[in-house]
Amino acid sequence: MTPELKGFLLVTIVKLLVVFTVVLVGVALLTLMERKVSAWMQNRRGPNRVGWAGLLQPVADGLKNIIKEETKPALSNRVLFLLAPALAFIPALMLSAAIPFAAPLELNFDFTLPLLGRFVHEGRMPMVVADLPIGFLFVIAISSMGVYGIALAGWSSNSKYSLLGGLRATAQMISYEVAMGMSLIPVLLLAGNVSFDAIIAEQQRSLWFVAPLFVSFFIFLVSGFAETNRLPFDLPEAESELIAGYHSEYSAMKFSMFFIAEYANMVTVSAMVATLFLGGWDIPFTNWDESGTVLAVLASHLAFFAKTFFWIFFFMWIRWTLPRFRYDQLMALGWKFLLPVALAYIMLTATAIWVLEGPMGVGDVRIRALWLLGLNAVLAVLLFRGLDRGLIVSGSEGRRRQMKARAAADATLVGRKSAAVTG
Amino acid sequence: MAIGVKVLKRPERQVSYVRATLKGMALTFKHMFEPKVTMQYPEEKGTRDVRGTWSLSPRWRGTHRMLTDEQGRSKCVACGLCPQICPSNCIKLVPGEDEQGNRYPLIYEIDEFRCIFCGYCQEVCPEEAIHVGQHYENSEYSRDRFVYDLERLQAQTHPVSALWDPSDPRGE
Repeated sequence: MTPELKGFLLVTIVKLLVVFTVVLVGVALLTLMERKVSAWMQNRRGPNRVGWAGLLQPVADGLKNIIKEETKPALSNRVLFLLAPALAFIPALMLSAAIPFAAPLELNFDFTLPLLGRFVHEGRMPMVVADLPIGFLFVIAISSMGVYGIALAGWSSNSKYSLLGGLRATAQMISYEVAMGMSLIPVLLLAGNVSFDAIIAEQQRSLWFVAPLFVSFFIFLVSGFAETNRLPFDLPEAESELIAGYHSEYSAMKFSMFFIAEYANMVTVSAMVATLFLGGWDIPFTNWDESGTVLAVLASHLAFFAKTFFWIFFFMWIRWTLPRFRYDQLMALGWKFLLPVALAYIMLTATAIWVLEGPMGVGDVRIRALWLLGLNAVLAVLLFRGLDRGLIVSGSEGRRRQMKARAAADATLVGRKSAAVTG
Repeated sequence: MAIGVKVLKRPERQVSYVRATLKGMALTFKHMFEPKVTMQYPEEKGTRDVRGTWSLSPRWRGTHRMLTDEQGRSKCVACGLCPQICPSNCIKLVPGEDEQGNRYPLIYEIDEFRCIFCGYCQEVCPEEAIHVGQHYENSEYSRDRFVYDLERLQAQTHPVSALWDPSDPRGE
């Protein structure tokens, strides 16, 4: 083993330990945050008995879940029943490895330890556990693995509610996976690369992609909600219809696994939104955050954390505001609205970029982004107006128009018939 | 002919999803900063009036209390009306008589598990001795502690219930 490889391994293991510890503890604290936010939004106080302001509540919950009885439904498939929580849990955690959480750090060391030998590290260390060249493709691929855990949990429980929940989850996640993937193509068009580093670098050079790619951002956000099975898309759990959906039959720590997986997925989607559309760890209006010093790295991490945290709060905010969709509405939104819009948006963005770069000769990426921002403002207004008036997904207004058309058709039919009778 | 379903034409601001969503989100966000209504139970008790909602009704019927006279003896004369009227048969009364011929209870026990807290015992008592009380914290570690004997009934200090008065139904 060369000293460079050893240095790389050392750094990676440290990052691995830090990131997974932070993610696991953070996820535990998010369960507390969810309860607190829900309480505040309902004029309550939330858990405040265990520890200062309830900060130890997740520990109490965890302890309780560990010492509870592990139940196993009769005639369930034991192997799959045990495997499912792990299959939901592992991909959710794996995702946190791929997302850069701070600006690269300038790190040079060269030291020798007894027995282990010499460790060398030179140059900039990317602040990400696995600096993957395939970037968001990895995240999308692994996040769709999570559906195995849910589908198998639903199937192996030998319960109708679990099965229905698992089926719903599968259908929903596969449907929205398509729109989600499509919504990221414009990001690829602008950045020219799928790796998070390149995407963040492009956002630093032009604008944060939320501005020039607002429609993409909106589609990604909505599909993100559906992917994590959060309200208003929590049909797989739907406690009023399916008890607890796919994890009805799970108890103790196995149930906790699903719970942790849900929150870890939430963190991942929030981090993805922050990274792909809000510049990741980028601090706006300054280049100081790329200087590679420890202070810059910490500040950029704080920026990343703030953006991610906002979107996590946004998830909770939406959850305690909106009611659940009906199943056909969910499918209509996914297939009849988000997917066509995402496809049309790819065409539009590609055309716009071609026009801007070719005939109009806009060379500067920032000016190009501003042009796209103008286009998106128009598109967003059209989109939301269409959504509002039931022109895209048919709500009551759309149905009214349908009924009118049908009534008109009937009337002409009756008219003709009566005309035939009298004539 | 298709079945005619009448779909009303509503103004756009009533059917707008986007506006409804934004309105709802503004509402939930506003609620985050409003005063909290939770009563912090073990520290705050129901007797304290928090925003006028947490006070106990003066007609509350809780566990019993036996009132005593100036000498500390129970006011009960063991007339036997309360076990007679008790619909759940939870009062056990064995009368005794002293040298002056005054009747008093030798045994007076109320099984609070059987009691339905109707308050008839208080209503029927000619001496105003037995009362239901304004009290709700009754936890014990064993079941047999819920049979209150005379001594325990006399030792209670909580306020007694003002039962519903038919001549003053609103308590004015």
